[in-house]
Amino acid sequence: MAGSASTPKNLDLPPAMIEGVTSVADWVIVWPIALPMLGAAVLLMARKRPEWQAPFAFVILLATLVANFMLYMRVQAEGPLTMTMGNWLPPYGISLTADALSALFSLVSAFILLIVVLFVQSEVETRENKYGYHSLLLLLLTGVSGGFLTGDLFNLYVWFEVMLIASFGLLIIGGRKIQLDGAVKYGFLNFLATTFFLIAIGFLYGLVGTLNMADIALKAPQVESGAIYAVAALFFLAFAMKGAAFPLNAWLPASYHAPDPAVSAVFAGLLTKVGVYALVRTHLLLIPQSHAQLQLVMEVVAAFTLILAPLGAMAQTNARRALGFLVVGGIGAMLAGLAIGSPTGVFGLAAYAVNSMLVMTALYLVVGLVERMGGTSDIRKLGGLYRANSWLSILFIVLVFAVAGLPPFLGFWPKMILVQAGVEVGNFWLVAFILLNSILTSIAGTRLWAHIFWRDGREGANSEQINERIRPLTTRAKVWGLLPAGALVAFIVVAGLVPQPLFKAGATAAFAIYEPAEYVGSVFGSLSAAEE
Amino acid sequence: MNTVIFRTVAPYLAALMVLFSVFVLLRGHNEPGGGFIGGLIAASAIAIYGIAAGVDEVRKALVFHPIAVAGLGVFLAAIAGFMSLFVEAPFLKGLWLFLELSDGSELALSTPMLFDIGVYLVVVGAISSIALALEEDEETR
Repeated sequence: MAGSASTPKNLDLPPAMIEGVTSVADWVIVWPIALPMLGAAVLLMARKRPEWQAPFAFVILLATLVANFMLYMRVQAEGPLTMTMGNWLPPYGISLTADALSALFSLVSAFILLIVVLFVQSEVETRENKYGYHSLLLLLLTGVSGGFLTGDLFNLYVWFEVMLIASFGLLIIGGRKIQLDGAVKYGFLNFLATTFFLIAIGFLYGLVGTLNMADIALKAPQVESGAIYAVAALFFLAFAMKGAAFPLNAWLPASYHAPDPAVSAVFAGLLTKVGVYALVRTHLLLIPQSHAQLQLVMEVVAAFTLILAPLGAMAQTNARRALGFLVVGGIGAMLAGLAIGSPTGVFGLAAYAVNSMLVMTALYLVVGLVERMGGTSDIRKLGGLYRANSWLSILFIVLVFAVAGLPPFLGFWPKMILVQAGVEVGNFWLVAFILLNSILTSIAGTRLWAHIFWRDGREGANSEQINERIRPLTTRAKVWGLLPAGALVAFIVVAGLVPQPLFKAGATAAFAIYEPAEYVGSVFGSLSAAEE
Repeated sequence: MNTVIFRTVAPYLAALMVLFSVFVLLRGHNEPGGGFIGGLIAASAIAIYGIAAGVDEVRKALVFHPIAVAGLGVFLAAIAGFMSLFVEAPFLKGLWLFLELSDGSELALSTPMLFDIGVYLVVVGAISSIALALEEDEETR
């Protein structure tokens, strides 16, 4: 930085703008964020046309999925891809950086939202349509994809806020009392977590003077001050709260059962995973030296989350609250991968996250249909659904096996990798907790299945009598509800039987985290070449 | 609040404030001002008019629902980013177009200005829709 302000003519500043052209093909990293945002804006303008909302949202989501797929293929083939906004050079401009991990998560998110938007057609009333249901869904995907694809820490905070506002809106659509109650718990704890995140960003900026993730990855390992560990601990607190890890998991089961089943499905699939993703990003890529310091905390948090979540699920009488605890249990498994911290551990984490996104979404969709048939989500009043709709019961039990990690279903493979990772580093007690979690989860899941489907009638003396409150699904619910949910379950089954793509995706994602040079190179490629 | 003086003055005051908000919006690129603060001024104009004339009157005068206006704002801001697609530059690059007017002065059109207009509309839409909802609540009570 030669030259001073008093002699402007002799300024010898390095160039601040990118020189040369940016290929239109690089825009593939912008589309997954920009398309849903644009779609949300158009749907807000067309609020008086409820009949346009769903088809338009579907088209936008299809385009987003294609864009995400192209981005994923590109990242798989050529390594991390970066575009820095506004033609400024990084770290001055805000970078979007996609590596194999973020592109994978973003792709799965778009896929899930596409399925859910189909499912929504089985239930949304036009009144809710008018209040921007579809535009909020698109906005939520904008925030989630933005969070995954950004290469700037403050920008990540902004996407967390976008996500929070969109999810807040979705949570209270309908305005029932239980929804407001859930929204307060959800909103308060998430705002608190965001505040911790912001404080940590402030401290980190004070220590390294930059917010660009690649730049932090270069500079943070050189910081000698112990304050960097305080920053890392704050990041862990904030993102573990966002991811609903024990002991900060209370908000999740307290709020996810409140909104529409389709909305809970999106929340369960997407929201907590952004927190887990941010944990991986901050603790393994940005401040790698903090991992050893925080490892014990991570292990303890992971172990408690693994055990207490399925126990909580067993104690619930509300089906969707029980599922909320199962979501938390999955977070425990991912945290175990993070705590192990080896490439195999992150491999297991990434694969488990994909599994959890797909399976939890599908579970909430199926329970949404159960609620529609039984008129309640209280499992004491349900029962006899096997007789009424055996297809639904098959979908549910397959998903229970998948979430518990029984072979040959999808959940088995990530758990196997996590166990292998634990054995590799000799962390046997964490391995024991992962296995115990599988047993407890299968007990909790089959308990739900037995109560909802297996027994003939309601709880207590009536359990032998046929439950007469069950209404069969309408044709609309069958076409738009059962079919998308069934398709998602079919996808999960096939992905479990043919796990090679999942292995490949998870392994490359883990590899990307342990190759910071590639990540940094994709951001500063042109700059470092010029300096040398 | 519902005095004759206020009800008489409010329409003129609101009109003046909206005019001023546009002025603040357009000077924002190089001087204090911009879309956010301009939007706030315009939204307060709408709120004042709503207190004086009633919410129904305001909704009629606005023609479009405030939330739709906010949607248009997001749309314009995104379009401002997409302009750079045509010059092979990254998303959101600032592009400028200088038009020579007949009296020799220059008119500068740019994508940052389009973005700022988008911000203006988002703020007007969001804040005035909150304000109108609150005022509506008061009226029905």
